[in-house]
Amino acid sequence: MPENCLYIARSSAIAARALAGEMMVMNSADSTFFTLNEVATAIFQAADGRTPLREIVRHRICDQFDVDPEQAQTDAEQFVTELSSHGILLVSTQPFASEAP
Amino acid sequence: MTMSLMSEVGQKAFDLGIPIAVHLDVTYRCNERCVHCYLDHDDHGEMTTAEIKDVLDQLAEAGVFFLTFSGGEVFLRRDFFELLEYSRRLMFNVKIKTNAVMIHEAEARRIRDLGVDTIQISVYSHRPEVHDAITKLPHSLERTITAIRFLRQQGLRVTIANVLMTINSSDQNGVQELAAELGAHYTLDPTITPMMDGDTSVLALRVPGEELPGIFSNPALVGNQEEFCAPPKPPSEEDLEGYSCSAGHSFCYISPYGDVFPCVQFPLPTGNVRQQKFLDIWKFSPAMKEVRSIQAKDLTVCSSCSHVGSCSRCPGLAYVEGNMRGPSTADCEKSFYRTGVPTANMLRQGLTRPRALSGNSAALIQIQPVPIQTVQIQSAQIQPVSVPTC
Repeated sequence: MPENCLYIARSSAIAARALAGEMMVMNSADSTFFTLNEVATAIFQAADGRTPLREIVRHRICDQFDVDPEQAQTDAEQFVTELSSHGILLVSTQPFASEAP
Repeated sequence: MTMSLMSEVGQKAFDLGIPIAVHLDVTYRCNERCVHCYLDHDDHGEMTTAEIKDVLDQLAEAGVFFLTFSGGEVFLRRDFFELLEYSRRLMFNVKIKTNAVMIHEAEARRIRDLGVDTIQISVYSHRPEVHDAITKLPHSLERTITAIRFLRQQGLRVTIANVLMTINSSDQNGVQELAAELGAHYTLDPTITPMMDGDTSVLALRVPGEELPGIFSNPALVGNQEEFCAPPKPPSEEDLEGYSCSAGHSFCYISPYGDVFPCVQFPLPTGNVRQQKFLDIWKFSPAMKEVRSIQAKDLTVCSSCSHVGSCSRCPGLAYVEGNMRGPSTADCEKSFYRTGVPTANMLRQGLTRPRALSGNSAALIQIQPVPIQTVQIQSAQIQPVSVPTC
């Protein structure tokens, strides 16, 4: 599927809190615990279910971090896929009906 | 390996002075009347729904991640689910401590839907006649077990917490087997705390120290028994520079009346959230700062004790005994019965064994049991590459 059609939202089953610039994320379903670095945190925080991933990468990553846009997009998709497999992020080709918490 | 990331996060919070974990009692009221309970169950002016929501907002802003709701019995608050839902919107990792007798199928489903991490439930015996005699609530064991089944059917993580006393000490294996049958974790805690009004009569329920070696030799409770019971190593400089625990560093306790303490077992008043912002208390309270300042080398007796590097000395229990920098007799007893090596506190009193049932000891021991399920911890990162910005 074309990557610019991806929308991401935070799962309601997770707990999350920023600690010194990094995001702690825990999925209560399986107690999987992650820490996200600054760039991953920016994507996670922007996962409102309505903003396309490509737009998040462009405005929240490329505009703020010194990254190659194509590499950033590839890394972001990989990151989203990984967190999605753990139930942390929900991924869809359509915007989500309700805004993420 | 899998625990290292969690330890790293905990250490970072400790170093930065961020209250990563908070225990919040929302009520002291209870539908059970456990014989060992230290609480006054009358309502002396609990925080309102709005007040607790405001506190939760403040805790989220302060960086709290792990939030434990406890009491009293939390489900006696009619607004408890409202508070639970609010806390989950704020994305806390939530644990509930309860006796579960008010949890039915609908409540279990709602707890699951709200993404609660763990429900810790008190079970004192696998035998109704013993459990119900402790709780003084007829059929309480039956109701609690039914609730645990509802929770487990929803796929929720349940921990059975057993408080070990003279009256149920022979039932610990039975409770452990019950936990396994129900698919629940099991913890054992022989700590008995004096009543809030100072009444120490409940301490008569403590298991005698002589029975502790039997507990310490149970690998299901202590892990590697040889390592757990090994004689203390000479303390290193790092040990002496260290702190007792996370109380006041990255953890604190808030009562139903808004009082903030360094820990549930550390009744040193530091402020009240009805009068001050939580962060002002956390950062600037002189009492909280004093707790935070105490290193092992500052301890009046324990700094010269051979156990100082490995003892689980509780500063809260030491405070209850009269000096937060002094020894905690309960932990001295634990160190002795764990290793057979007398502590400095015992030696200065000319003792080669702890006094039997010493009256000034607030509690006996606390054991961290071996978790049945291992928490999986992984790290996800995107590393920015060094190329021109887009």
